[in-house]
Amino acid sequence: MADVQVAEKQSIGFGKAERKLLTDPLDSNNPITVQVLGICSALAVTTGLKNATVMAIAVIFVTAFANLITSMLRNHIPKAVRMIVQLVIIATLVTIVELTLKAVAFDSYKQLSVFIGLIITNCIVMGRLEAFAMANNPYRSLLDGIGNGVGYGIILLAVAFVREFFGKGEIFGFKIIGNTAEYVLDTTQISWLGWYANNNLMVLFPSAMFVIGILIWMHRAWNKSLVDIS
Amino acid sequence: MGELLNIFIKSAFIENLALSYFLGMCSYLAVSKTVKTAFGLGLAVIFVLGITMPINWVINNFLLSESGIFQTDLTFLRLILFIAVIASMVQLVEMVVEKFSPSLYNSLGIFLPLITVNCAILGGSLFMVSKEYNFAESVSFGLGGGFGWFLAIIAIAAIREKIKYSAVPPALRGLGMAFLLTGLMGLAFMSLMGIDPAAF
Repeated sequence: MADVQVAEKQSIGFGKAERKLLTDPLDSNNPITVQVLGICSALAVTTGLKNATVMAIAVIFVTAFANLITSMLRNHIPKAVRMIVQLVIIATLVTIVELTLKAVAFDSYKQLSVFIGLIITNCIVMGRLEAFAMANNPYRSLLDGIGNGVGYGIILLAVAFVREFFGKGEIFGFKIIGNTAEYVLDTTQISWLGWYANNNLMVLFPSAMFVIGILIWMHRAWNKSLVDIS
Repeated sequence: MGELLNIFIKSAFIENLALSYFLGMCSYLAVSKTVKTAFGLGLAVIFVLGITMPINWVINNFLLSESGIFQTDLTFLRLILFIAVIASMVQLVEMVVEKFSPSLYNSLGIFLPLITVNCAILGGSLFMVSKEYNFAESVSFGLGGGFGWFLAIIAIAAIREKIKYSAVPPALRGLGMAFLLTGLMGLAFMSLMGIDPAAF
């Protein structure tokens, strides 16, 4: 019990250590480009910014609360069954998200289909539970969960921006470059930057791989400490 | 029989879990540094997908659906039950393999527990539900999906073993390159989309 007491003594304020918990996942410990966790959903839902935003919010919610709840229960979970306990916690939260989306935003729910369910096996949730929440107090775990969720969300939005902008010429569904569908019927409606032809490759799955690959390249070129020396 | 073969080929090549849906990417990227370890993980995935898919089918159709035992729509429990089945099956498979074939257990090593969080497994079960397969079809879908994932991870591991000797820019080395390669492989697999499995 002695070390449990020590663990509880960690501060509740918001100092340098707490700020680090929030900002580290944005750069040097980013879930996607550094820890390489949670790739599957990052690839599948990034065809448009709208879906990516919904997904990002869902993941921030799940990582934050899964971390919080697991951290509260961490002294009561037997080691042998901890995986199943963690999965049940995550699955419960994901079910909440799924049913909420079904009620509030049915269109997004339809488009995201199985990928909402797949947040359960999104390794960043499980990874943070194992690596952080099982060893830290609830407050710090909550901050770590939010930080990692946001770090994940930022990459998601960046990829979705590139894919939607170049793939459809739109941002959040608003036409930015290229001609609209009405152009075919009414040639007087030549829009600004109408010469742009949509790059359909960007809508396809493999392009997400390329975009993330290039993001990782840029990230590592900028933050040299992350370069793979093996 | 031909129908089942169609589903097998379709799920292995045309709708490849790894390269068309990009499921199971975490372990796919983490364990594909050498062909030997990739082989072990690939086999384990085929095994677990082949087992969990029929079990989840039974649960979905006899427990959760409205025509099941409880006569009520319990589909909101689907995610929790599916993941519990997967986690416990992985644990069970691990214990059985350890008891009866220690050599296989040692070669699979840490890959068995890793499979619990491989989204290809849960994703496969969810696709099985949304495609409304019957029992035999879901077995075929599970084995085919596992085989496709196995092929994909062996292929990327082989490429990554070779590319170690190439002059890749430092910042792109390792992970970045693996992403670009997987994208290219995904493009290659897209050309299989036009195949009509009924022709086999």
